[in-house]
Amino acid sequence: MRGWFDLSPTLLTALGGIFGLLVVASFIIAALKRARPERDYTELVQRTKSWWLMAAIFTAALLVNRVAALVFLGIVSFLALKEYLSIIPTRRADRRVLFFLYLAIPIQYYWVSIGWYGMFIIFVPVYMLLFLPLPMLIIGETQGFLRAIGTLHWGLMVTVFSLSHAAYTLMLPAAPNAIGEWRDPHTGAALMIYLVVLTQLNDVAQYVWGKLFGRHKIIPAVSPNKTWEGFLGGVLMTTALSATLGPWLTPIDLRNAAILGALLGVAGFVGDVTVSALKRDLGLKDTSQFLPGHGGVLDRVDSLTYTAPLFLHYVRYFCY
Amino acid sequence: MPQIVVPAKAGTHSSSAAHWRAETWTPAFAGATSLGLAERTSIIVQILRLLFFLMIVRPAVLFLLGLYVKREELLPRQGPAIVVANHNSHLDTLVLLSLFPLGLLPKVRAVAAADYFAGEDTTLGWIAKHLIGIIPIRRNASALENMRHDPLKPAADALADGSILIIYPEGTRGTAEKLAKFKNGVAYLVERFPEVPVTPVYLCGLGKAWPKGERWPVPLLCEVFVGAPMRWCGDRIAFIAKLEQRVGELAKLGDFPGWDFEPSAADNKRVLERRK
Repeated sequence: MRGWFDLSPTLLTALGGIFGLLVVASFIIAALKRARPERDYTELVQRTKSWWLMAAIFTAALLVNRVAALVFLGIVSFLALKEYLSIIPTRRADRRVLFFLYLAIPIQYYWVSIGWYGMFIIFVPVYMLLFLPLPMLIIGETQGFLRAIGTLHWGLMVTVFSLSHAAYTLMLPAAPNAIGEWRDPHTGAALMIYLVVLTQLNDVAQYVWGKLFGRHKIIPAVSPNKTWEGFLGGVLMTTALSATLGPWLTPIDLRNAAILGALLGVAGFVGDVTVSALKRDLGLKDTSQFLPGHGGVLDRVDSLTYTAPLFLHYVRYFCY
Repeated sequence: MPQIVVPAKAGTHSSSAAHWRAETWTPAFAGATSLGLAERTSIIVQILRLLFFLMIVRPAVLFLLGLYVKREELLPRQGPAIVVANHNSHLDTLVLLSLFPLGLLPKVRAVAAADYFAGEDTTLGWIAKHLIGIIPIRRNASALENMRHDPLKPAADALADGSILIIYPEGTRGTAEKLAKFKNGVAYLVERFPEVPVTPVYLCGLGKAWPKGERWPVPLLCEVFVGAPMRWCGDRIAFIAKLEQRVGELAKLGDFPGWDFEPSAADNKRVLERRK
């Protein structure tokens, strides 16, 4: 059992920083409400409330121990997959196949928990790919087979395989941070906080820059509210923040932290618009109303599904 | 209204008096001063029912399914009242019961088919009667039987006792995510209680989570659309038509798609048979 007391001061400072940001955000909203009471802040208030809740649960899961953090991420995968399966068209004959999709979640997170990288990286893309047609063949419904196998496996890749990469950062071995101050036994936790905080702040930064300076639409056919100004502003902010935070919190040095920041900014954007395209195809605004002000779980982790794999592989190749 | 009392099974112990019987809902029973065995049993069963919903049904409905309720404030918060919903799944009743505060739970009863759920000695029958708290109604009885035994009496008694009734006018779970033609029973009931509000509800997604003919449910999201309460309009046919139309309007709000490549009924049967 790990407690807050044996976390390194850097990690505790980082966690404190998350809540510091939320306090600042809540104060800004309160000030806005006072300054311009005629405007409607419901969505902003709901959003911030949900942020508080998510940050609290995420921090609590990280603080308890690694198993708790893995279970938490497994639940996030479950909720995202459930949303996905609810909004896509599925065949009645595939109900049993859905069971196997859900079953893949504990199995995939088990590979993570024992640190078996080879199995973790191959299980969903290869073995689930090969296995999933089997129950379909036994049921014997061939009409729509290709579409079913494609949509179901894509959903599993995005909601379980990609997201479990965020969980795998917890398994990365202990290492001193790049400026060599602390030898942190919880490097994995630091890397995960770094990944999740940067990804989410990148979302917020792109949104805010877009709101403030957005003029030129970047991808109007998919997401009419996204602008070049928002995208570039977000990527720049994320790069700057990554370069500042990375060497202090994690074993990633300044150069790599800057590159990673830019990568995460771009990947987060692509993840966001990919889920937007999915929603547009299905005629939905949000994937669900699970998180008031945000939409569904899938809406919240859309960027993480792209940043997590990139981040894990980059760090494994270049920073260890 | 013909007075009928369903006789208790000969030779049953008095503790089984908590089984559904017409007297259970008469005011005279409620006014009894000292607690007999039957009352004590019914209190224990009520506590079990609350625990069942608190510990099992609600967590399962919220976590495994996931519930999005639109205009929940339109649901009745006191009896007597009737909630009318479409019916696609065994989950419908559990979801609808989860929409009410726990304190109200003893008052909320779902009307269900006696032939399906009210087997005297089966586990399903016991769970349905005591934990889910259904009111069994005989469907498919002949006209002659219906003249001798008023089939709506248990439901009418519950309404008179101030219950909130859940009724599925489609009469059966039918095809997943498809609205079937409403049966008239609910109109006969509302005609007797013209003051009782009738709230239309549409459940979306449960027919996919656990459709008729499937052994297990799978976790999928569910949406609940609540409509404005309706009153008795004085005519049975017009009332049922209005109700059907209201639920049909709510059905259009649903976000979730139905089955992909849903084959014709014949094809469906072929697939099911092949699977056996």
